[in-house]
Amino acid sequence: MAMATDVPKDSFRLSMLVYDTRYRSYTIQIVVLLLFAMAVAWLLNNTAQNLAARGKEFNFAFLWQRAGYDIGQQLIPYTNDSTHFRALLVGLINTLVVAFWGCIFATILGVIVGVLRLSHNWLISRMMTVYVETFRNIPLLLWILLSYVILSETTPQPRDFRVTDEMAAAGEAPAASMIFFDTVAVTNRGTNVPAPLFERGLGSVDLGFVTLNLTLLAALAVVAGSFWVNHRLVAAARAQQEATGVRPATWWKSILILFGPFIALMAALGFHLEVPELKGFNFTGGILVAHSFTALLIALTLYTAAFIAEIVRAGIQAISRGQSEAAFALGLRPNRTTRLIILPQALRVIIPPLISQYLNLTKNTSLGIAVSYLDLRGTLGGISLNQTGRELECMLLMMLIYLTISLIISAAMNLYNRSVQLKAR
Amino acid sequence: MKKTVFFGALAASTLVAGLAGAGTLDDVKARGELICGSNTGLTGFGAPDASGNWTGFDVDLCRAIAAAVLGDPTKVKFLPTTGETRFTALQSGEVDVLVRNSTWSFSRDSELALDFVAVNYYDGQGFMVKKDLGVSSAKELDGATVCIQTGTTTELNLADFFKQNNISYQPVTVADDSEAQRQYLAGACDAYTTDASGLAASRATMPDADTHIILPEIISKEPLGPAVRHGDNQWGDVVRWTFFALLVAEEKGVTSANVEEVATSTTDEEVKRLLGVSGEMGAKMGLDNDAFKRAIAAVGNYGEVYARNIGEGTTINLARGLNALWTQGGLQYAPPFR
Repeated sequence: MAMATDVPKDSFRLSMLVYDTRYRSYTIQIVVLLLFAMAVAWLLNNTAQNLAARGKEFNFAFLWQRAGYDIGQQLIPYTNDSTHFRALLVGLINTLVVAFWGCIFATILGVIVGVLRLSHNWLISRMMTVYVETFRNIPLLLWILLSYVILSETTPQPRDFRVTDEMAAAGEAPAASMIFFDTVAVTNRGTNVPAPLFERGLGSVDLGFVTLNLTLLAALAVVAGSFWVNHRLVAAARAQQEATGVRPATWWKSILILFGPFIALMAALGFHLEVPELKGFNFTGGILVAHSFTALLIALTLYTAAFIAEIVRAGIQAISRGQSEAAFALGLRPNRTTRLIILPQALRVIIPPLISQYLNLTKNTSLGIAVSYLDLRGTLGGISLNQTGRELECMLLMMLIYLTISLIISAAMNLYNRSVQLKAR
Repeated sequence: MKKTVFFGALAASTLVAGLAGAGTLDDVKARGELICGSNTGLTGFGAPDASGNWTGFDVDLCRAIAAAVLGDPTKVKFLPTTGETRFTALQSGEVDVLVRNSTWSFSRDSELALDFVAVNYYDGQGFMVKKDLGVSSAKELDGATVCIQTGTTTELNLADFFKQNNISYQPVTVADDSEAQRQYLAGACDAYTTDASGLAASRATMPDADTHIILPEIISKEPLGPAVRHGDNQWGDVVRWTFFALLVAEEKGVTSANVEEVATSTTDEEVKRLLGVSGEMGAKMGLDNDAFKRAIAAVGNYGEVYARNIGEGTTINLARGLNALWTQGGLQYAPPFR
């Protein structure tokens, strides 16, 4: 009697897919996957059929056609003869610029407010509470519109700056005047600031679709080089301090290294400022920072800073009081305690939610359409979409670009996060 | 023996999007209501009044279509659309017909797959400036800041005009007429440009209309007209011939006041066909024979619609100009009703 004949043969039956726990989870997963694939296929099929029914085809050739419209704020050369792709780039750069400055200002303001909210000063901490609760509980769009309306309705028109002959004869001052030693003019259209000009600039190199400004590159290279040399100087000073206990004076060397080469470069290139001047309808010369940009930046900063403040407060409160008490017991001064004990630990808690806020801010720049800020949403997703009628292509492309930007920010911040995590030794 | 459980096979139903098989005309009749894409609010052309009733030149054409198709000019739902959303609203079937100061152009006919069936207003793009700016010609606008509605043909014309004249400008792109007016009145832009009719309509609603002037240059052709989806020819014919019926009515002196009387007394064969007294004109289009008579009775002929909404004597105060009948030196010309 062999044992093998007694044991019922455990052959596979279809019912086991449902009743046998070994297989059930696979069954469920496969069914869900199939349903999901069918849903995707249905969507694609639906899209293709609807496109075919309207006689439209899916292609991106329109990106290389002449755009035909003008864009108010552009950081790379663009005319209405440029392509839709160029308009896309202009919009993308506008998006990135406002997102970049927004993240920086929001972080600075957020950290200050977050720390002040923990202040023992009753008035200051309550004021910060009011600020945080006001800004994070009212939709961002309203803040953008509000700051835009305030900027454009309370500032003078360009012609208020004009001095007519009669006024000059009567010795009257114009209704409005420029600020900062007559270099900056704030009108109801934007802020005219002086532009840096170079008598002996280095010119630029055209790389097909982007032009590299060599002057700017040279300036950046000099600044980066100065910082690197200064870093080496400080490191050398620290090494000497650790070896001998005496720290050599470095401050005047640092100042010389940080500013000397830059000033020399500026002098060599013949740096001067082009001050805006009222000519005809508007100020000409200098750089016009449109109010749409300023309003968007202010609103994004104030709104996101309220969230960041809460994140910072939570991060600081997550560190137990024992840590700072121990630091004080060791004789560390309060600012060193904050810098060396509290912040490094708080950053672990702060960074992950901060990434979400940066992503939010970047995506929220698309609300700039409300104040006519021509970012990616305004050019590719607005005017180009409208003039070419390629909704699907424009929307997909725009989603892809926002996704890419967000993933890049996320990846960069995750790298930084890894560097501030506690190192397990 | 263990009972075997059999799965019901997954019915891979062919989930194909049900494209509207029936034509728009049948849809409208079945729904009992016409959905008309209109302006978000342009006085004289299409705007709700204080009590929420839509009135205007374009609105009346919608009412005429509703009267012809459904027999009741009030059975219209007006869906406000911006320059950006209007064509998508039409293409996606959200509206049956778009009567919203939309310019007939090549690319809209071809790339956007729309059919402009008629021109109910011949227009051109102009500029409005404040009088105290001291400008008398659009060519003096070098360096000016110009407010422009996005998603319009005017946006492209503006760029072309300034380029041709070798002068520069700073565009301020706004979403709709009301935002453009706010910016213009606040002085955020020196000039506001859109169709000359739109400028006149905007000026009429401004608190101090006399301090604004419309510059003499007309920089483009803007034939404005009703648009329908490409490929639905029957519905396109209904919209087109309802409009032409209003034109023929003006040409023949048929008004909303005398339409009943003319229908019984007329000896003019074309008028008889127009009013459904003889022939089967309405039936050939899937409508009642007196469809066009109802349209005329509801809103009046083209001249009446024009005079009531935007003509001389109204606040908009637009002369007939190009929009006079061909018999009076204008461009409005209906093919024969035969």
